[in-house]
Amino acid sequence: MVGANGAPTNGSATSGKEITFLEAIRQAMFEEMERDPAVLLMGEDVGVYGGAFKTSEGLLERFGWERVIDTPISESAIIGAACGMSYLGLRPICEMQFIDFIVCAFNQITNFVAKGHYLWNAPAPMVIRGPSGGGVHGGPFHSANPEMYFVHTPGLKVIYPSTPYDAKGLLKAAVRDNNPVLFFEHKFLYRRIKGEVPAEDYTVPIGKAVVRREGRHLTILSYAAMMHTSLEAADALAKEGIEAEVIDLRTLLPLDEETILNSVKKTNKCLAVHEDTRTGGIAGEVAALLCEKAFSDLDGPVLRMTSLDTPVPYAPTLEEYFLPNAKKIFSAARELARY
Amino acid sequence: METAMTKQMPRELTRQQYLDLYYYMRLNRAVEETMVKLFRQNKIVGGLYSSLGQEAISVGTSYALQKKDWIAPMIRNIGALLVKGVPPRDIFMQHMAKYDSPTKGRDGTSHFGDLDNLHIVSPISMLGDLIPVMTGVAIGARYLGQKIVTLTWIGDGGSSTGVFHEGLNFAATQKAPFVLILENNLWAYSTPVRRQVPLENLADRAKAYGIDSYIVDGNNVVAVYNTSKEAVERARAGEGPILIEAKTFRRLGHAQHDPAEYVPKEMRAYWEARDPIALYEKFLSTEKLLDAGGKKEIDDKLDTLLAAEREFAENSPMPPPEFAEGGVYCTGDDCHKIRAKWERPITEVTPPRSSVEAVWAVPGFGSGKGSGGADAPIHFGDTKAVVEHPANNGRPAKAVTKSAGKTTTRKSSKAATGASRKGRR
Repeated sequence: MVGANGAPTNGSATSGKEITFLEAIRQAMFEEMERDPAVLLMGEDVGVYGGAFKTSEGLLERFGWERVIDTPISESAIIGAACGMSYLGLRPICEMQFIDFIVCAFNQITNFVAKGHYLWNAPAPMVIRGPSGGGVHGGPFHSANPEMYFVHTPGLKVIYPSTPYDAKGLLKAAVRDNNPVLFFEHKFLYRRIKGEVPAEDYTVPIGKAVVRREGRHLTILSYAAMMHTSLEAADALAKEGIEAEVIDLRTLLPLDEETILNSVKKTNKCLAVHEDTRTGGIAGEVAALLCEKAFSDLDGPVLRMTSLDTPVPYAPTLEEYFLPNAKKIFSAARELARY
Repeated sequence: METAMTKQMPRELTRQQYLDLYYYMRLNRAVEETMVKLFRQNKIVGGLYSSLGQEAISVGTSYALQKKDWIAPMIRNIGALLVKGVPPRDIFMQHMAKYDSPTKGRDGTSHFGDLDNLHIVSPISMLGDLIPVMTGVAIGARYLGQKIVTLTWIGDGGSSTGVFHEGLNFAATQKAPFVLILENNLWAYSTPVRRQVPLENLADRAKAYGIDSYIVDGNNVVAVYNTSKEAVERARAGEGPILIEAKTFRRLGHAQHDPAEYVPKEMRAYWEARDPIALYEKFLSTEKLLDAGGKKEIDDKLDTLLAAEREFAENSPMPPPEFAEGGVYCTGDDCHKIRAKWERPITEVTPPRSSVEAVWAVPGFGSGKGSGGADAPIHFGDTKAVVEHPANNGRPAKAVTKSAGKTTTRKSSKAATGASRKGRR
């Protein structure tokens, strides 16, 4: 599939076989750039080096310097320039080398990019993507989950996938969307998670959650790496006779209220799990949603299983303590099931 | 002093161009005077910012552009909007938050734009953010094969932001066809420029980016125009971004609420005597381009125009409250048909023609010049190295006299344009 120079040997690089999460992202960018010359990639070390995690390997060889742009270490300039490009009908993809650095461009994203359509009817079709999340001992500045800063920003869409199929299909949908889309890639999944993707072109709709495992006793809501951890916990719960329904949110903004409500109306209990810190996380938003729209369906409190309200610590012992894991999810779910 | 300066001015412009510059400066001022009246009648919803005394910069710079070029005006660049073709009623209605305004009341002041026809990008209140955005428009347009230039403005205050640096540096590395006008009006709200920047000339900042700069008397509209014209055409020709420092003075406070008592009386008096419109009227009269009759004609034209525009604006309704909802997202083709306008063959940027070897080529390396060698490429296209020439040409000539107030350029061959083109270094 990949030639000696790192570039796929032909235009349709996919063959319906198992690929890594990382390869899914690379293929999505590759195929979108192949499909539409309005698509460009911009970021730090995305060209010759192929990206810090090699998500853009082979793209420069195939698409050239004008479409794969190595930039200075200037996140605001990357986002600002991409926004300017989008005003011309181009569809730039910006890579943040680590998503932690996205906050360096916070003003550009929240004030310039996000508000343009509402204020002066200026759509900004662009994608901001990058590796996020912890569990790899990256320390406090290379492990962040900053999605909620942006979920709180009207005008943006926020995607956080958990499987290669979704990563590829959602990234393609993001590129084709007329709005600024933030695309978080949990780096723990990059090379650990493999999955099949179709050989033909496909997209996954933005704003749609999916039921990963059916169950009737409680709903576990999650996304990204914690979705896999939640599935692990659900397996353990099943051995105790508790059938958990696991929902993968996939998109955080807009939130798929319908799928969440349908599930909770069936199970009557909800545990929201995320790797992001607790206060102001999406779990709180889900709890509010359920109180407003499914209060009479609830047989127990909406519980949260999240990281601690601290920065991501560096030492493995500390980080392990900081993060949710299958055991913690299992315990919380079992407690909830007792109601 | 002003006559000495203007007399050197070569007659490079047509009569019509000279008169256009005059008309737009007068229109700029008249629009703002009308808004002061509206403000005093409580018809302006928010703050009102003034470009009194700075009209030559907005008008002279934007008049140097072609119709296809893109601008992003700041709060004191209403003149640029007018030159681009925005009707005064839009500016009135923006300030009055009317439903017929370009943003339908969702934003005010000069915060509006027009992507498709006039090619205007709306500013936000955070300063400097337009610099990377307009860099992106410049790079994107070049990619599409459009031979355009992008231009935006920044104040002496805004030039201290981080994004000013990030944007200008990125523009320089990309050799973007981008012109930045640094409008040095000596005051950032109440803070004088000396408390903001330890530099005599803010144009010196261009050195840090390896780009060229000019210093121009911002109260001399012909000098501003000539300098901008040269910079714009050089940027269009692929010479990379150019910084122009226009020296001027903010005659009123930061906004209407601010009496600006912190400004020394002598400074104000000095600049009031150098009003750009009064100076230019003297020039036009000396050059026999405008007489009392011609002036009267323009007075009448402005009166009639602005009375009608103001009436239209005042009659426009406020937006219905529920208009606050919706419009946050583009819903697709029904909302915006987003299509890039290609002016070059797409085959040039698609495989196999786009394919390259993914290595950094540094031809100068090993020749004793290092990566700073004369033909060391940066990204695509070759970027000339920043080399100090031994001859005086390369040395930055002190272009401006010491006093912050005085901004006449030194006599040199370049003084003919009223600007000192700083040597390429």
